Amino acid sequence: MTYEAVIGIETHVELATASKMFCGCPVDFGAEPNTNVCPTCLGLPGALPVPNERAVAWTVMLGLALDCEIAARSLFHRKNYFYADLPKNYQISQYDLPLCTGGHLDVEVGGETHRVGITRVHLEEDTGKSTHLGDTGRIHAAEAALLDFNRSGIPLMEVVSEPDITGPEAARAYAEELRSIVLALGVSDAKLEEGSLRFDANVSLRPAGSDVLGVKVEVKNMNSLRSLQRALAFEIERQAEVLDSGEPVAQETRHWDEERQVTEPGRSKEESSDYRYFPEPDLVPIEVDEAWRERLRAGIPELPAALRARLQGLGLDADTARVVAAAEGLAGLLDDTVAAGGDARVAANWLTGEVTALLRRSGAGIADTPLTGAHLAELHAMVAGRELSATAAKEVLAGVLAGEGGVRRVAEARDLLQISDEDALVAAVDAAIAGHPDEFTRLREGEQRLTGFFVGRVMQATGGKADPRRVAELVRERAG
Amino acid sequence: MPVDIDIAKVARLARIGLDDDELARYGSQLEVILEHAARIQALDLDAVRPTAHPLPMVNAFREDEPGTTLDRDEVLAQAPDREGPFFRVPPFLEEA
Amino acid sequence: MTDPADLTIAGAAAALRAGSLTAAGLLEAVRRRAAMTEAHLHAYLTLDAAGAERAAAAADDAFRRGEDLGPLQGIPIALKDNMVTRGVETTAASRILAGYLPPYDATVVARLRAAGAVITGKTNLDEFAMGSSTENSAYGPTRNPWDPERVPGGSSGGAAAAVAAGSALGALGSDTGGSIRQPASLCGVVGMKPTYGLVSRFGLIAFASSLDQIGPLARTVDDAVVLFEAIAGHDPRDATSYRGAVPDVRPSLDDGVDGLRVGVIRELSGDGIDPEVLAGFRAAVERLAGAGAEVVDLSLPSMDHALSAYYLIAPAECSANLARFDGVRYGPRLEGDTVERMMAATRRDGFGPEVARRILLGTYALSAGYYDAFYGQAQKVRTLVIEDFRRAYEQADVLVTPTSPTTAFHLGERTGDPLTMYLSDICTIPTNLAGDPGISLPIGLDGGGLPIGLQVLAPALGEAVMFRVARAVEALGGFEARPALATSEGAA
Repeated sequence: MTYEAVIGIETHVELATASKMFCGCPVDFGAEPNTNVCPTCLGLPGALPVPNERAVAWTVMLGLALDCEIAARSLFHRKNYFYADLPKNYQISQYDLPLCTGGHLDVEVGGETHRVGITRVHLEEDTGKSTHLGDTGRIHAAEAALLDFNRSGIPLMEVVSEPDITGPEAARAYAEELRSIVLALGVSDAKLEEGSLRFDANVSLRPAGSDVLGVKVEVKNMNSLRSLQRALAFEIERQAEVLDSGEPVAQETRHWDEERQVTEPGRSKEESSDYRYFPEPDLVPIEVDEAWRERLRAGIPELPAALRARLQGLGLDADTARVVAAAEGLAGLLDDTVAAGGDARVAANWLTGEVTALLRRSGAGIADTPLTGAHLAELHAMVAGRELSATAAKEVLAGVLAGEGGVRRVAEARDLLQISDEDALVAAVDAAIAGHPDEFTRLREGEQRLTGFFVGRVMQATGGKADPRRVAELVRERAG
Repeated sequence: MPVDIDIAKVARLARIGLDDDELARYGSQLEVILEHAARIQALDLDAVRPTAHPLPMVNAFREDEPGTTLDRDEVLAQAPDREGPFFRVPPFLEEA
Repeated sequence: MTDPADLTIAGAAAALRAGSLTAAGLLEAVRRRAAMTEAHLHAYLTLDAAGAERAAAAADDAFRRGEDLGPLQGIPIALKDNMVTRGVETTAASRILAGYLPPYDATVVARLRAAGAVITGKTNLDEFAMGSSTENSAYGPTRNPWDPERVPGGSSGGAAAAVAAGSALGALGSDTGGSIRQPASLCGVVGMKPTYGLVSRFGLIAFASSLDQIGPLARTVDDAVVLFEAIAGHDPRDATSYRGAVPDVRPSLDDGVDGLRVGVIRELSGDGIDPEVLAGFRAAVERLAGAGAEVVDLSLPSMDHALSAYYLIAPAECSANLARFDGVRYGPRLEGDTVERMMAATRRDGFGPEVARRILLGTYALSAGYYDAFYGQAQKVRTLVIEDFRRAYEQADVLVTPTSPTTAFHLGERTGDPLTMYLSDICTIPTNLAGDPGISLPIGLDGGGLPIGLQVLAPALGEAVMFRVARAVEALGGFEARPALATSEGAA
């Protein structure tokens, strides 16, 4: 039996605001435990929440970036459940009137574009952190738990996709694209390994071609994009085996175990949660009017999909465009290069090749280097003008990145300038030909590969500085 | 109109650990109160919009600026159990 | 010579400025009164002697330097023990907060301190403000200074008793369904609930968030105005705090009632009201008519449903507000082998029966399948109440009712049946649902010598006309009586 996978992804994005969602405690990931706390985020008696306006604005911006409808009127609701790291034993979240609904995200898988619906984007607060003392550090067989409320109250955006994702690769592509949008908007660090971006997935299978939905299994604890992909691949296979054996798939929550590369059932709860949602009486509604919405829309920077398209319009191929768009700072540099008269494709190849390799080795970021678009434009001009060979250009790049100065200065200092002066080249070629008459005769008679021999002689005589292409042309001209 | 309340389930949701006697007592008290409160069931209020708040206010926000935090020692001094800089509790049975 | 403990705030303020009294001396008089009365009344849960002394000394220093912080400088004020006071035990009269020392002050507390007030201590209440008699306190009831076998009302019973007995010159209470006004009525003092949002709830241990308001208890309408002005005004730490200007009530305060339309709510001035209370109420209304008010008879049919709606909305909100009391971060903890069991045991042991009842009721009313029928429906009744009041205020400037259907009842009389206790609030609950202001003041004594209260209601932000009519009622009524227990010479 062939099955098709039906996957929906819930993404939590921790916002990089200066302060928490409902109080003025700093958002600061490295702080000592329980130092960024106040009556509100500790759930002390008498405390009250006051919403962070920037968090609301950023949520609307993400909604706009995902083509969502922005609610004219939106409410916070209380989501009631008891949990030791949830200080009020309710979470202030959103329920049936979220800030954003009904959008979509286009995702490329295997060269095809696929549209994933976005059900909603809403805003809520994060919980504290619990550490379980015991051998495994997991809940099972712990002896006690330690609680740190620094994270309690940090703003959290939740993005819920429609179950439009068809497989692990598509899921990964969706996650990557969503992450790149979040980064482009500057609203979060979006680091999975730090927990500022979290993915949960709902996976079900159905017979290929059917439109009846199968039993949904929730999969959690996927802490990297690779785990996301692997966990889903595993889960799809597991469910297929279950169904093939004639058993029903159990509706449950499963956790991805990175070490063992399997999903495991979580602790089953006594009964499914009844969250008893009701409008948060300590808060008043949010109204996003047209003026505010359009101001926010105007503040949205170029998003990854648009950037990729524009880069391709500049001449980059799809893969290079993707790499440039995804890397921090490269697109800006490229734009500057074009503005300075340089060639986008050539510059892109340098950026994604040599420059990236050099940065990786040095551990620096592009912003830490003195490299500018003007440099790249000038470098391109010198290569095009044959003052530098392609190999020499890479060396010059290294020099510029290292802070040795501008392009021409580095080229001169490192003695990389090619001899492109026509008279000098002609003289050198004629000298080489004169020095090796037998070889020249053989070349004249058809041994084409001897062109290389003469190029080699000229390069040696000029200390490697002759423009090898022009030399080869001159040799061929003389050979007839 | 529900008169029969699953009081044990309600107590679990409310995390109040009642014994059987207490459950029975509260259960019947709740039923009496609810019958009274449920008189409003009979009203035809389909055309009426609910009021969540007496105040017609919207958009009460604060600026995204860090403010003062509490002194950790003063906070942890109230903790029933602590370990170093953490609050300490018995182990969790359930995962969230 | 008036014992300073029996002065009004206005009178004490004048004496302090005239130099015939010091803040330390005033505090001493109030402390003496407390020493004589507390054994019988139990109005206080905590007396903060050291803090009060420091505040009185600071007030006297400021006077000597010529600094005038306003009418509350040096004045002993008590606080209901559901407002957090930094470093001073705050329990909400519950065992689940026994020994709790808040690390911050409520906004109203900070404002009183800034005004130079001398905070005497924390007064008794029904546990978590749930009740109408202060018998639900986990630390024992408060008794009525007019008759110690009777209740002072609730939930701000301790505050009302302290003001009536003279162990504070004024107090702050909280009102969710009548919890300032009803005890004020039963104790023969003035008690006022502001328009929802005018006074910050930051630091008020929440009962029902959309209904709670902090307000003053005092001996005169003028004194209530002083306290109201000290605490009202926008607080950025409370998102439900009103952002507009606080109504300016002084210019019209003594304008009298000539030409004003005073509405009598039919549903709240007939069946269900004790005959003596009704007689006292009617006499007061006639005095208003004699002073030039036009008395209008109005029907507000939703009054009959307000109680039912309240007893669904308030428990629902409180069930969530009290979820934070779980033994994790503060308060006593009962051990358990898992955190879930620890929470369940701590809450079972820590909450009294009325609180547990309301949490269970609220949890049920919000639970899956019942939300629309209970909470949802109650929020619609709330709309009806608001609309009834809007219509009424087209025909009347203020509305008047008896504050409480009865005068003070006996301790233990209503504790057997929650429903009977809930009926104590039928006159006061509708205003909380609407978010409108209301004030109770004493207008006479019944045959048993117990105070009768009259309530003046006004539209939202209508504090000016509300205080104006209350002032007129006060002037016309000439209520001078003091409870027998209000004496420093000796108690009964």
